[in-house]
Amino acid sequence: MAANNNNNNLINELVEKYGRDRTSLMPILQGVVEQNNFISDLNMTEIAKELDLSAAQVFGTATFYSFLDTIPRGRFVIRVCKTITCDMHGKKMIIQTLENLLKIKVGETTQDKKFTLLETNCLGWCHKGPSLLINNDVYSELTAEKVHELIAEYMHK
Amino acid sequence: MSEILKRVDLIFGEYSDQKYKTLEKTIKRPNDDIIKDILDSGLRGRGGAGFPTAMKWKFTMEQPGDEKYVVCNADEGEPGTFKDREILTQVPRKVFAGMAICGKVIGAKKGYMYLRGEYRFMLPELLKEIDVFNTNAQELDIDFTIEIRMGSGAYICGEESALFESMEGKRGEPRNKPPYPTVSGYLSKPTVINNVETFVNVLMICRIGPVQYKKLGTRDSRGSKVFSVSGDTPIAGIYELELGMPLEKFVEEFGDGDTKAVQVGGASGFCVPRKKFKDTIIGFEGVPTGGSMMIFNSSRSMYNVLHNYLDFFEEESCGQCTPCRVGCQQLRKGIEAVKRGDKPITYLEQLMKLSETMKITAKCGLGQSVANSFSSIVNNFKEEMIY
Amino acid sequence: MTKEINLKIDGIDLIVDEGTTILNAARKANIQIPTLCYHEDLCVAGNCRVCVVEQKGVKNLVASCAMPASEGMEIFTNTGKVRLARKHIVELLLSEHNADCTKCYKNGNCELQLLASEMLTGEPMYIDLVPDKKYTIDRYNKAIIKDDSRCIRCQRCVRTCEELQSVSALDVAYRGNHMKISTFFEHPLFEVVCTNCGQCVNRCPTGALIERNYVDQVWDAIYDTTKHVVVQTAPAVRIALGEALGMPAGKIVTGKMVTALKRLGFDSVLDTDFTADLTIIEEGHELLTRLKKALVDKDPSVALPMTTSCSPGWIKFIEHTFPEYLPNLSTCKSPQQMFGALAKTYYAQKRNLDPKNIVSISIMPCTAKKFEANRPEMRSSGYNDVDYVLTTRELAIMIRQAGLDFASLPEEHCDSFMGSSTGAAVIFGTTGGVMEAALRTAYEIVTGREVPFEGLNITPVRGTEGEVREASILINKTLPEWNFLEGVELKCVVANGLAYAKKVMQSVKDGTGNYHFIEIMACPGGCLGGGGQPIPTNPEIRSKRKSAIYEEDMGMTIRKSHENPEVAEIYKEFLGKPLGHKSHELLHTHYTPRKRY
Repeated sequence: MAANNNNNNLINELVEKYGRDRTSLMPILQGVVEQNNFISDLNMTEIAKELDLSAAQVFGTATFYSFLDTIPRGRFVIRVCKTITCDMHGKKMIIQTLENLLKIKVGETTQDKKFTLLETNCLGWCHKGPSLLINNDVYSELTAEKVHELIAEYMHK
Repeated sequence: MSEILKRVDLIFGEYSDQKYKTLEKTIKRPNDDIIKDILDSGLRGRGGAGFPTAMKWKFTMEQPGDEKYVVCNADEGEPGTFKDREILTQVPRKVFAGMAICGKVIGAKKGYMYLRGEYRFMLPELLKEIDVFNTNAQELDIDFTIEIRMGSGAYICGEESALFESMEGKRGEPRNKPPYPTVSGYLSKPTVINNVETFVNVLMICRIGPVQYKKLGTRDSRGSKVFSVSGDTPIAGIYELELGMPLEKFVEEFGDGDTKAVQVGGASGFCVPRKKFKDTIIGFEGVPTGGSMMIFNSSRSMYNVLHNYLDFFEEESCGQCTPCRVGCQQLRKGIEAVKRGDKPITYLEQLMKLSETMKITAKCGLGQSVANSFSSIVNNFKEEMIY
Repeated sequence: MTKEINLKIDGIDLIVDEGTTILNAARKANIQIPTLCYHEDLCVAGNCRVCVVEQKGVKNLVASCAMPASEGMEIFTNTGKVRLARKHIVELLLSEHNADCTKCYKNGNCELQLLASEMLTGEPMYIDLVPDKKYTIDRYNKAIIKDDSRCIRCQRCVRTCEELQSVSALDVAYRGNHMKISTFFEHPLFEVVCTNCGQCVNRCPTGALIERNYVDQVWDAIYDTTKHVVVQTAPAVRIALGEALGMPAGKIVTGKMVTALKRLGFDSVLDTDFTADLTIIEEGHELLTRLKKALVDKDPSVALPMTTSCSPGWIKFIEHTFPEYLPNLSTCKSPQQMFGALAKTYYAQKRNLDPKNIVSISIMPCTAKKFEANRPEMRSSGYNDVDYVLTTRELAIMIRQAGLDFASLPEEHCDSFMGSSTGAAVIFGTTGGVMEAALRTAYEIVTGREVPFEGLNITPVRGTEGEVREASILINKTLPEWNFLEGVELKCVVANGLAYAKKVMQSVKDGTGNYHFIEIMACPGGCLGGGGQPIPTNPEIRSKRKSAIYEEDMGMTIRKSHENPEVAEIYKEFLGKPLGHKSHELLHTHYTPRKRY
């Protein structure tokens, strides 16, 4: 129940901030992801109620966008760019390194719910590939070594 | 740097001494004069499609009603493109000033910048800059404010009508056209939507005048262009160059000496093979580009390149229209089947016809442009598709 | 004055109003352009791309459904380029589609199949994508089955659910190759806000959304000699059934339908019209009682306005969307359920049958009735009051299966008792009909006089599609026991389609709508446009069905519910008086608040 109340508070805050118009839907969904790293079904029904939309409409909109996850994600969502130049410059090796380090496959979340490993389309760092996002932060010109350091750093966050 | 490949310092040039000096000067001029200058400059949109900017503004200006919008398209998602990020990092005020000029000309009080979700890390800095702009605008007595809207990881939202849908809180599905944004854009109101770089170009035209501006580039491709250079190049990065240069010169400058092909205009652009470098002009008279230049050397499998693009389109298609949703899946599965030998080589011809159908029947630019890379890669590197 | 536009299609000069699409301009010239996502009842989507045509001077093809005609435009609808593109598009759809047509309920009535056959699609042109698709089928609902493997993603259902019904139980979800039509979190339909109205089923071009059919179960019951099978038919069935059997829209086929039902082997062919009349008596008295409580007893707990309760799509909608207004719903069961309850009590008694051996079938223009019959509270006879509900379409299937040449059948009458009908019952099939029938009776109860409208036609309450119709009727010179209603202006409102129902209820909620009596039918045009009616549906077809209903009403000798002799008889023999103890037990019900989210 406590978790529910927190979520309701979050939605209320976001709705107060952005308004009840449909144009507020994206900022509200993004706000939930910023906070929780994913949008739960409860969050969605709460948002639908506040914006007078059907729950299916909120679900349909959320699932359109790659970054509006609707399944639980870890605290740090790693998105490795898989588009052409990053691919050419060693994306596969980066993925392998991450899979070994985190002991998960692409699409999975570590048991401690700390990391989720995903692939994503072009991040806009083609000149400095391979690159990845951890939540909102970009890391580029990656090597296996850099990935080791990076994960070690985030392990302690 | 060779003579032909002139570096330019228009877009990234320093701000004028005084804050928003050009804006202050420009807003005192009659709208028709401003439009005329932009028209004379020959400026065409820098997002890739190349629509004459002055016409877009003029159409919107002429629309009745006082609720109009200016939207800056910063949903830079084309593979191989990263120049808008650089512009917004280095010279955001030029972008805002360009938007404000547009607002004055068309009669809009509100501007939005739609920033791709992948660039969320830029948000804090941009918000600070926007605060500065909004304060300055107030001081200059300009009734125009700017707000940022974020994308959330959807390439298709770079398509202007999909972008409006997204701003309206919906799935980013492109709309039927007509009506065009100049008549019915954000919230169905007349809207000018331009690329980040286009707004900077407008500002610079207002600062240096169309005559000076026109000295850059060629007859069909005026001005400079910010290029995003990546792939097999020792000097990947952002370069502001004159438009209208031969691809051969570009490769000489940026290639690693073993360049096999250049993808001009990103995954939705054209793949130019070595034998055509000489005859290819980068610009609206040749191969147009929103700035993406991806270089491949002879170690690269063009099958892999194409496969990567098709993967991209398959996922990034909004999925609403048949040719794009199913066509992308068929093209990807089709080249796999030919490669495996499950389909005869002649199946490539069938796929070429399919890509042609996608080009002429898809609802928006995404579906229409899949054929560009597909046909240019399959035509020029057919052996690589088979063996 | 609308501006006129000159254009040329396939060499034919045309003048059309500004704003006309190429598709409609071509239809004007009798040129048929194929379509899939286009539907006259819905906004233009332009997503299937099957309707592309060539425009002179334009490189790309244009979607004719979405492109307005412009001055001087030259269009070609049948060039090689166009035909090849259309064929590619249909082939693409087929590659994503589970095309085992012989196993599909819509076999022979599928728009995709028809297009494929016109285009002579032979061996598949492209790779079959279905094996990799992980399509799911939602069979958990009593009324509607959703089979994603047959979906072509035209979004007609999504637009129907949003634009016509304001429900949006279905929306588009995911993107690209994963894009699909989905409920909230892909829950089964029975777990979400779906009202079972079936309007999506009416508009689905393929077999992706279909009614759950009970044809075989009904045949089994008919063949079972230990069972006595009674069938009731709703008023809107008899004016539309012909369409599903090759006849034009707007034909009244009551007599042929009765003959067909008898020949199919039903033991007794009865009429929902009978309980429609009964509904009017009960509901009319309920309204008058509520008005008395409000006006005379000043009872603050009485719920007004009262709303009708015949439409099960509407019932589920209000349960989800406005649960706080459930007390305002008339407690009367729908005619189908009143009939079911009486079939296994009154009828059984009268025919000396053991109710456990009675199988009660109803033929309805409706898919939501299937859900209604399965509600737990619909067992007041001690058994399932209604065992199986068939749509108009399913009855047509049975008639074809039986090899009956429907058009040439002679005309017979329903069996008696519970088979008699009045004009008032007939108009239950159209929007405004329940209101009109109720007023014909209630006014007469209160004043002793017929309603003051020529030919009993209360045209002000005759609803039309796409609007909320308000009307008020002044009550004067009442009979002594009703003098508390003297001078009262009875305020009524009629709405069809749930989008309009929502408007009415919102106006009641915010106080701008001030009514005594509200009639709601969930479907556009009322039951005549029901989700179980023959496919296709469009405004023209529904308008013809509507004319047929009023024609049938005018043709009846008895046109007021309270004059139905069988109704009088049942009160005398069985029920006692309206709203009496037995009525409450068998004819009235209660409702269940449900969550919208």
